[in-house]
Amino acid sequence: MVQTRKVKAFGPDVGTDRRKPIIEIRNVVKAFGAGVRAVDDVSLDIGEGEFFALLGPSGCGKTTLLRMLAGFEVPTSGDIMIAGERMEGVNPNRRPVNMVFQSYAVFPHMNVERNVGYGLRVTGVAEAEIKTRVAEALSLVKLGEFGKRMPNQLSGGQRQRVALARALVKHPKVLLLDEPLSALDAKLREAMQLELVRLQKTVGITFVIVTHDQDEALSMANRIAVMEKGKVRQVAPPADLYEFPNSRFVADFIGKMNLFEGRVSGVQNGNLQIDIKGLDRVAVPFTGSASGNIAIAIRPEKVKLGQTDPGGDNVRLRGRVTELAYYGNESHVYLENQTGMPISVNLKNATRTTLPSISIGDELWMSWAPTDTLVLTE
Amino acid sequence: MASTTLPDVSTRRQKAGIAPLEYTRRLWLQLILAGSFVFLYFPIFALIAFSFNDSKRNITWQGFTFDYYVKAFTNSSLHEAALNTLIIASISTVVSTVLGAMIGLVLQRYRFPGKGGYDGLIHLPIVIPEVCLGVAMLAFFSAISMPLGIATVTISHIAFSFPFVAVVVRARMEGFDLALEEASRDLGASEWQTFWNVTFPYMVPGVVAGALLAMTLSLDDFVITFFTSGPGSTTFPVKIYSMVRFSVTPEVNAASTILIVLTLALTVAAMMIQSRSDKKTKKANG
Repeated sequence: MVQTRKVKAFGPDVGTDRRKPIIEIRNVVKAFGAGVRAVDDVSLDIGEGEFFALLGPSGCGKTTLLRMLAGFEVPTSGDIMIAGERMEGVNPNRRPVNMVFQSYAVFPHMNVERNVGYGLRVTGVAEAEIKTRVAEALSLVKLGEFGKRMPNQLSGGQRQRVALARALVKHPKVLLLDEPLSALDAKLREAMQLELVRLQKTVGITFVIVTHDQDEALSMANRIAVMEKGKVRQVAPPADLYEFPNSRFVADFIGKMNLFEGRVSGVQNGNLQIDIKGLDRVAVPFTGSASGNIAIAIRPEKVKLGQTDPGGDNVRLRGRVTELAYYGNESHVYLENQTGMPISVNLKNATRTTLPSISIGDELWMSWAPTDTLVLTE
Repeated sequence: MASTTLPDVSTRRQKAGIAPLEYTRRLWLQLILAGSFVFLYFPIFALIAFSFNDSKRNITWQGFTFDYYVKAFTNSSLHEAALNTLIIASISTVVSTVLGAMIGLVLQRYRFPGKGGYDGLIHLPIVIPEVCLGVAMLAFFSAISMPLGIATVTISHIAFSFPFVAVVVRARMEGFDLALEEASRDLGASEWQTFWNVTFPYMVPGVVAGALLAMTLSLDDFVITFFTSGPGSTTFPVKIYSMVRFSVTPEVNAASTILIVLTLALTVAAMMIQSRSDKKTKKANG
């Protein structure tokens, strides 16, 4: 495991939570047809009261994993335990989980109240109790006035709230959310992100959300599992995931990352010596073991730009500006060194006058602290 | 080459200033339209008009009367035929609706070995000529030595009606979001509850339209009924045909008009139900 002084300050980067697990996934495999493994030997613990995100590119198996938790897919092998009970052979309608679907799946022929009350009605809850619980759930998602509306009279965001209320009214132990915000526009999505976090704190149950949007996962979840090709690559809290990715894939998938391929040439004073094409030898503090081909990585916002050689023990390189992009809050500078290696640098536009006086073609020094450098062995 | 000919076409069209099928501005298209309307609808209007003709021969207009409607309504053999038709149509409608709805759902939803072949066979009764189906039915019933009667007519009607129901129901279910069923299951409903609470309400417009279609098909079927009916099981259309063979009286016209009105009402109802549910679905999706 990658561990520097700074890593320790963040706490250990491990895949378990100290909380009592509500979901235990053990060596779960889901194979579709011959040889296609949508989920490939996944083991995870999700703690009680967590806001847990399954994050990955499309086709990485995150939705399949969620559907196995809900009971819509049956694992080819492996075990799933929810609230201490094995879920093998347990139908979706008998599981202590409820799901919010990507398409919301609000019943089009029932009004909002009937939709929300549906799960109670089919399980034989008394009408009086249904009435109070539906009212409770609707006020929880701020739809108190909309009980008599039909789904086609609601906006997308409101329909999603109906889907949320309909799931929460069942008092599930775990709420599963399948890409819940993907159909909303950007502004509404951000509002709903905050809303979901508030909701999770209010009801206090475990939320498991599937998303391909890293911003969504980083801002909402307290732990994230990054998946690729059916495997879990890393499980960590958002900040650990961003600052200490354990592989090239995670580093590249979460945010932007400058990656430099290189070779380990030795260890000196606890610093790993790495030869990188187009750069001087780089010394990076590293306590793990590494040899052969590795990569070092640096986040674009951690690189400083300057006209003169910053000196010191900074990692330095010179490059020419090839492209500039202005984003309002930030400016992105794209550079290339002599060997044509691309590097991107993000500059904060912290005050009105910090607009960088940089133009395309400028020769600049880039530098960053060795402690900000990541060593990626995978 | 294309680049040189294309501008030519556009300038010519601009000169004329009329789109190719803009019938309101082309006399010959209007004539064709009028001609086809006359051929299509004149016989029907004539039939209806002459049902009020106060003449035995029904060749020249003699005067207005409701006599032949009274006659048709009091004709006991027409009564019997009408009763047979209603019995056959209602049984055939119920059976072919249930059967067709199930098949439509299965074909839309599931994959199973031999589905392609089965799918093709289902559409056979829609495609093959009615005469062939009639002869085939007759041959079949005599092969199993089943006496011709109401039962044989009903079975034949079910055989050619249910594929139509299946087609309509299947088309309806194409727009169904399977997540609705999953949501229902997720919320604690059994599969049976899910079907009746979620799937079936969505199917209903298709089922109703299919049922009305099956009913109209059965009500006015002549060819297959002619082959498969026996003594005492004559239906309304067959009865009208046999009346015409004696003489074309306004009574025949009156009986036919009743049949037309009945079928027309059912067809309009089917169309209205379908278009209303389409609008609703579009609104819900939009």
